[in-house]
Amino acid sequence: MSIRYGSLAGLATAALVLSAVATSGEELERKGIPAPPGHVFQTIISGYQFRTKETRALQDDDLENPGFLAVERAADVWKTVDGGEGKSCMSCHGEAEKTMKGVGAAMPKWSEKLNKPVNLEQQINICRTEHMKAEPWAFKSKELTDMTTFVRFQSRGLPVAVKTDGPMSPWFEKGKEIYYTRVGQLDLACASCHEKNNGKFMRADFLSQGQTNGFPTYRLRDQRLIPLHERFEGCMFDVRGVPYKPLSDEFLALELYVAWRGIGLPVETPSVRN
Amino acid sequence: MRRLIPAALLCVLLSATARGDEPIRLDIVDYAIPKSLTGAPGNAEAGKKVFLTRTLGNCLACHQVSALKSEEFHGEFGPSLDGVATRYNTAQLRLIVADPKRIFTDTVMPAFYKNDGLNRVRPEFVGKSVLTAAQVEDVVAFLETLK
Ligand code: HEC
Ligand code: HEC
Ligand code: HEC
Repeated sequence: MSIRYGSLAGLATAALVLSAVATSGEELERKGIPAPPGHVFQTIISGYQFRTKETRALQDDDLENPGFLAVERAADVWKTVDGGEGKSCMSCHGEAEKTMKGVGAAMPKWSEKLNKPVNLEQQINICRTEHMKAEPWAFKSKELTDMTTFVRFQSRGLPVAVKTDGPMSPWFEKGKEIYYTRVGQLDLACASCHEKNNGKFMRADFLSQGQTNGFPTYRLRDQRLIPLHERFEGCMFDVRGVPYKPLSDEFLALELYVAWRGIGLPVETPSVRN
Repeated sequence: MRRLIPAALLCVLLSATARGDEPIRLDIVDYAIPKSLTGAPGNAEAGKKVFLTRTLGNCLACHQVSALKSEEFHGEFGPSLDGVATRYNTAQLRLIVADPKRIFTDTVMPAFYKNDGLNRVRPEFVGKSVLTAAQVEDVVAFLETLK
């Protein structure tokens, strides 16, 4: 149904030539990992590979990477007693370097107690309210984003390994549906940009696969760490759509599904993006 | 308004915009819109502005145009629009800008003159099209210069 006018045949050729030019050279530089069978991509590529040399250098140097300030701040909070139970994270979990290793790579995880998946932000607040009798931290607060970064940092280098079967499967399907649904006045889906057009410029923005292995990610433009659901909100807002609420079931489902799209990628938290 | 529009027509246009929630119906004939959406021809200079403005057409987000080389950042989603007026006639270009999915099924190019059948639209844009009828005509006039 796509060829309506005689001249469209010419368009197809032009588009082919264009994409060949756009992907040569740079593509070779962008290293990824082979996707498992049945995956949407052949090669899964971290957002890191789509950023400039300068931005990558900043991420590669732990002393220069501004995201590390959050890791340091939260390392102190980890040991700090708070709430009615007189406990710190450390009281129950000990050395984060040992007990939190791999935890952030496997989020969101199924919670038997809540009968739904929970992500890192939610689990941290569950621990605060239920186990510490402390106030939950607001989404986007420095405290919550710092601690999320700190916990996920303990998985740095480990492969993203979410479970998508069993009770997770309806959530996975829901997330997939959201990923492919066009929204907003501009009528674009996540897939329109990150699946169909990654590796291309959208004006000044160089589009990646929209992977989540670097989150929370330090955004140079905002000069702070951005939690994943804020990025989701931003992408939906930019197409003039109404974003789902951070930590809503919809974004949880989307987080699960998008994590699967990046399965096997090493966790890069705290990553640096422009 | 950069051109003369008969007063009566202007009233019709304004009231159509004011009742923004009424769905736009396009007069499509043979995969094209032969009639001007405003009844008048567009203005290419104004159309160039609409084409470039990020909050309006923002067409360079996705297209390249050699005639606009001095502008930074040409997008790569869509084809180059060089010579586009030799590939399509005015009526076809009008439909491509107004509602490209009628032609390129499943394209990522947004419809610029459509105000219903969209999902989770931000309240300030509900019932509104990205461009007004006059802006679409202006953009089409600009595309006509790309020979
Ligand atoms: C109109 C285009 C567009 C749409 C639609 C879009 N995004 Fe994005 N997204 C971007 C741009 C531009 C960036 C920043 C550059 C990059 O990393 O790709 C980005 C970045 C991201 C990132 C951060 C990647 C990283 O490595 O830091 C994630 C995750 C993401 N998007 C997910 C989504 C999801 C999920 C959706 C759908 C709800 C979505 N995007 C819809 C344009 C879009
Ligand atoms: C009084 C004990 C207690 C305290 C204090 C506590 N937690 Fe927990 N934490 C738990 C328990 C129990 C679980 C298992 C899940 C559940 O029951 O909520 C858990 C699970 C977790 C997990 C998921 C682990 C996994 O393997 O999936 C993370 C992450 C976590 N806690 C972080 C924190 C942080 C950060 C703090 C401090 C802000 C904290 N916890 C304080 C008891 C505690
Ligand atoms: C989000 C991306 C995007 C934006 C924004 C966009 N386009 Fe497009 N456009 C495309 C794509 C992709 C195609 C190729 C059609 C397809 O998908 O098969 C296209 C095709 C076209 C064509 C047909 C070109 C040919 O040679 O066949 C014209 C004309 C056109 N666009 C004009 C415009 C104008 C004018 C604007 C702004 C008012 C605009 N586009 C904005 C993505 C976009």
